[in-house]
Amino acid sequence: MDPNASAPHGRVKVYRHSLLVRLSHWFNVLCMSFLLLSGRQIFNAHPALYWGQYGADNDPSFISMQAVEEGGAQRGVTQVGALTFDTTGLLGLSKVDGEETERGFPSWATLPSYQDLAAGRRWHFFFAWLFVINGFVYLIYGIISRHLRSDLTPASAELAPVHLLQEVKDHARLRFPKGQSARHYNTLQKLAYLAVIFVLLPMMIATGLTMSPGFNAVAPILLDLFGGRQSARTLHFLSAFGLVAFVVVHVVMVLVSGVFNNMRSMITGYYAIEGDKP
Amino acid sequence: MSRLLTRRRFLVGSTLTASALGLTGCDALVENSRVQSVLKIAEGFSMKTQRFLQGDNALAREFSTADLSPVFRANGTSMPDNPQYLSWMSAQFSDWKLGVDGLVNSPLQLSLAEIKAMASRTQITRHDCVEGWSAIGQWTGVPLGLVLQRAQLKPEARYIVFHCADEYEKSLDGSGWYYESIDLVDAFHPQTILAYGMNGRDLEVAHGAPLRLRVERQLGYKQAKYLTRIEVVADLGQLYGGNGGFWEDRGYEWYAGI
Repeated sequence: MDPNASAPHGRVKVYRHSLLVRLSHWFNVLCMSFLLLSGRQIFNAHPALYWGQYGADNDPSFISMQAVEEGGAQRGVTQVGALTFDTTGLLGLSKVDGEETERGFPSWATLPSYQDLAAGRRWHFFFAWLFVINGFVYLIYGIISRHLRSDLTPASAELAPVHLLQEVKDHARLRFPKGQSARHYNTLQKLAYLAVIFVLLPMMIATGLTMSPGFNAVAPILLDLFGGRQSARTLHFLSAFGLVAFVVVHVVMVLVSGVFNNMRSMITGYYAIEGDKP
Repeated sequence: MSRLLTRRRFLVGSTLTASALGLTGCDALVENSRVQSVLKIAEGFSMKTQRFLQGDNALAREFSTADLSPVFRANGTSMPDNPQYLSWMSAQFSDWKLGVDGLVNSPLQLSLAEIKAMASRTQITRHDCVEGWSAIGQWTGVPLGLVLQRAQLKPEARYIVFHCADEYEKSLDGSGWYYESIDLVDAFHPQTILAYGMNGRDLEVAHGAPLRLRVERQLGYKQAKYLTRIEVVADLGQLYGGNGGFWEDRGYEWYAGI
């Protein structure tokens, strides 16, 4: 039985994304947007990151954003290890209602836009719960429906260096699979999605929980795993950065590989592919 | 060319407008009371989940002296300025007393010497500020449970309220005095102590002399400093803003386990 509906002109519409995958995808967009905005609000309450069990104003920071006074003028300075960057207007110092203010992330990048740690925390923890529940529903579905196995797990031939190299070259030339091979995710796609689902997202949850003094009493092993609460806080930030990087690449790929077709498939489930031509 | 510029200007302009609208929309959402009450559901959920996973006596991580923060940042009030506190301080707290009252069978007035004479516990723990920073310090004090046992709680007792000698926010109606509260699970937790010693010395004024609370499975704002009175109550609604603490009355969670 062929579930695919044939269309004229050699175009075939395939049912690519199941309803649950589509719902969890958009729900994830919602959760991650709020988590990112409120996470930056929380970060702004103490815009410095440390490595180890403890870390406060008198301890050396690993990453920090602050305003410094230089020759009567204020500058926003972002420090990463031994490097410092002038990030005036964006990080460390930015305008709030037209006035230059010391601030980690600028007001357009935080929820709420003004400084309110308590509100940021409420939004963050609310959406963290929804995000975790959504993730579990997706995982359970992915295992039972074999979505993870048949759609996301690369075949061993796909992992061969020659094949991977070819895919990298194709991607760099914005040459995307057509015809039969467009029915499935390509290997780079599979690897990127697997890295997000099984590395970055679990990392966000685990490092987030490690920052909770209450959860430390439940699972002190997390403190050993990440090297301390402040390390976990730093890793939480870096993993979020990794997710943002993924989303940027993801959205660019959606745009350059046929934005209408991609959006339709993530909304209705149907993805059009060109019929195979000789 | 000019068309392109116009279109570009239009795109930039509309993007800015849309993001500004979006932001105002978000701020309005944040301030909406119905939205706030929905968000608060998560707080109860977090507390119930953590309490379920912890059981009553799961311990906070304890560290060694090698892990101590070189400088322990003092937070909140670092020097109460009311005359009563200043007079206690100038007498090295010899005339200071901790009151224990409310729903107890035998109210107490304990001097610092009496508190120090009770059984003590010393623990090296991490202090986590709600802002995100942490400091590790060594605390010595009397387990709160021992004090409460001596005062004998009445059956209707549910919360332990800590009144402090610092007015953190000056106000005409006196709503700015620092206070905190915990429930009986945390009150009788083995690591919950009334600390008079820090890093092997007497507690410094900046850290809450002569006595502060340590409730190690929660955030820094629960660790009330400059204690003057412990009040045992059945509910928190009658006190100050009714949310059980200075920061709780200003929007922060009462359960500060995350």
